Amino acid sequence: MEPWTYSPARENAALANLQPSYRPFVDGRFVDGDGEPLKTVNPATEEVLAEVGTASTSDVDRAVAAARRAFETTWGPMPGAERAKYLFRIARIVAERSRELAVLETLDNGKPIRESRDVDVPTAAAHLFHHAGWADKLGHAGYGPGVGGNGPPPLGVVGAVIPWNFPLLMAVWKIAPALAAGNTIVLKPAETTPLTALVLAQIAAEAGLPAGVLNVLPGAGDIGSALVGHDGLDKVAFTGSTDVGKEIQRRLAGTGRRLTLELGGKAANIVYDDAALDQAVEGVVDGIFFNQGHVCCAGSRLLVQESIAEEFGELLHARVTTLRVGDPLDKNTDVGAINSRAQLDRIVDLAAAGDSEGAQRWTSPCPLPEKGLFFPPTVFSGVEQTMRVAREEIFGPVLSVLTFRTPDEAVAKANNTPYGLSAGVWTDKGSKAMWTAQRLRAGVVWTNTFNKFDPTSPFGGYAESGFGREGGRIGLGAYLDA
Amino acid sequence: MTTTVPAPRTTGERGAPLADVGRDEASLRRFLHGLPGVDQVGLERRSATLATRSIKADSKMRAIDMAVSMIDLTTLEGADTPGKVRSLCAQAMRPDPEYPDVPAVAAVCVYPDLAGVAVERLAGSSVGVAAVATAFPSGRSSLAVKLADTALAVDAGASEIDMVIDRGAFLTGNYGLVYDEIVAVKQACGPAHLKVILETGELAGYDDVRRASWLALLAGADVIKTSTGKISPAATLPVVQLMLLAVRDWHRLTGEHRGVKAAGGIRSAKDAIKHLVAVNEVAGPDWLTPALFRFGASSLLNDLLRQRRTQLEGHYVGASYIGSA
Repeated sequence: MEPWTYSPARENAALANLQPSYRPFVDGRFVDGDGEPLKTVNPATEEVLAEVGTASTSDVDRAVAAARRAFETTWGPMPGAERAKYLFRIARIVAERSRELAVLETLDNGKPIRESRDVDVPTAAAHLFHHAGWADKLGHAGYGPGVGGNGPPPLGVVGAVIPWNFPLLMAVWKIAPALAAGNTIVLKPAETTPLTALVLAQIAAEAGLPAGVLNVLPGAGDIGSALVGHDGLDKVAFTGSTDVGKEIQRRLAGTGRRLTLELGGKAANIVYDDAALDQAVEGVVDGIFFNQGHVCCAGSRLLVQESIAEEFGELLHARVTTLRVGDPLDKNTDVGAINSRAQLDRIVDLAAAGDSEGAQRWTSPCPLPEKGLFFPPTVFSGVEQTMRVAREEIFGPVLSVLTFRTPDEAVAKANNTPYGLSAGVWTDKGSKAMWTAQRLRAGVVWTNTFNKFDPTSPFGGYAESGFGREGGRIGLGAYLDA
Repeated sequence: MTTTVPAPRTTGERGAPLADVGRDEASLRRFLHGLPGVDQVGLERRSATLATRSIKADSKMRAIDMAVSMIDLTTLEGADTPGKVRSLCAQAMRPDPEYPDVPAVAAVCVYPDLAGVAVERLAGSSVGVAAVATAFPSGRSSLAVKLADTALAVDAGASEIDMVIDRGAFLTGNYGLVYDEIVAVKQACGPAHLKVILETGELAGYDDVRRASWLALLAGADVIKTSTGKISPAATLPVVQLMLLAVRDWHRLTGEHRGVKAAGGIRSAKDAIKHLVAVNEVAGPDWLTPALFRFGASSLLNDLLRQRRTQLEGHYVGASYIGSA
């Protein structure tokens, strides 16, 4: 008999309510930017989705000025309880329009609809709800009572630049705490994924958010650069590559402007021989293949204890074989499209380096779509600490497997990286999990799970993974003059 | 000093690489407690993800027919009569007379004293007769009574025996007793297939489910089965996932295919399809056959038939339009 296959279960693309063109959002209105319009592309088909107007440097000036005006006249003086009402309203509209946002995110980014529907959009809404609740309780956030018990004052105008891997969620990670604390913001979404941030701006307008509080400027790196270097800002929040982060830090040195950076990572997932193996396999798979591996905290290095390495490898390959790669709009797709041609080229190059340095490449036998930007789930075994696939962030569905003999060796190898964003520990023994977690130099250490995000939990890195935390009470501190 | 070698508790050639695990209580305990742990959060998260699979169109029709063919159509009530059993048998052989292409179910499942009635009514059909035995559902009796119960069903012509394990013995760590009982019942089954009911709702969590699964497999179970249907919770997706992992691992170690039966609590086509997705992705497509996966259910069949007609006729069909045993 023919094997049972899953028929295509395609989410309706029309739900995205895609417009032929989108424009920058400045001072409460959508405006024609002075930059060259860009065309945003669906990476699953390489077809153009929409034309997007971009900002010029003079638009950056206008947006920063609008944000300053809003900070001084409306948003800054407004009581926290009033700010909260706007944020709750935005959160509710995001939740109500979750299907539209999920489909639009999948079209623009290439991530599977299952993830945009079950992770990106609900987590974004949760962040908005969470921070809305903080707006009138800042005096209780642990940064002192401030004037009149309202907590420390806000910083002022925030410039935020975000990446393309979680376009809506990263926008909300910046906007929600900034606005809750009483700041205003100018946000530049990534060049390849501007759409959901612009719909979010439209949602903010629908919620009646005062003009200038939120400004969204699509554009390429030059606009990001103009924004983060703007002397009208009080704070810069950047999520993206380590190289760009370093450049921003150099430019801001001595200006007195605050800075938080959330940069790259090369996280280790340490699997001890006493782990719950099947669930460890699940966690390792989720750690690297979630969002095509386009995750700064992806568990891209598996460190598995030698005594179980062979069995674990067998279970891992069997599990990865079941991942369904293909049309991101199909509800049964597990791994979607690579976001851009440039990123796909980089993944191909780094994987080739794995081959030439002597690691053994295993590729999932899953079928790939004929068109669009795709890369099959790939596992390199026999990886050594010195190889590029163990040291450089690939930002794709490529896992490097290394082994260790003792807990000390596991920790040493895990920490032998300039990065330090996240790590995972898998053991059924609580004391060993604690021992290991205490020694890992990473901002987030997950035990017996991975890629768990919650608005109450701070997220951020060490060393070349950046500094500052996002989320939770601690994350609020980055937006307060505490 | 003399060494006494315990008599091997093997089950012949089956499970050869693991044949000596059951040789004594200490060895069994070492083996079962040496199995990898089960992480509740991770297991349930995987189940939740499997449950998001969207099964539509052709794949849904195919799933419905597969599910029908995997049903052990069950009646296990004190009020069961020969008439009730005969009517169940009629539906088992021809679930939807208006659509003769609907496959027959796998088996009819009854108490041992009614096995003969089912055997007679199902003679010449593909439908098997499963009988619960061994002081079902509690299992609280002597081995002699359990074996006699089994013999009653086998002598009446049952082709499958659904036994219960002694949960009391299992929970006190008396693995040898549980093992010995399964071995003895397996012997009493003769050619009949043995399904071993773990009654997972009475066990102490997922680690216990894994241990009980392996204990039953080691003792010779052809199929491991979640529940009697008399205790809640019965079959849940995480528990079934875990048992599918056990038969998958058994196959990796021994090369043998053993089966899983999800019994109790699966009433809708939607639920059944989630389980088929789990079978497909956790154990593998090899297990998508009535020989290796079963649903123990009474009301599930009717919902599957209604969903099947909905697919074909384009509108929902009232329950009263489906003949129901």
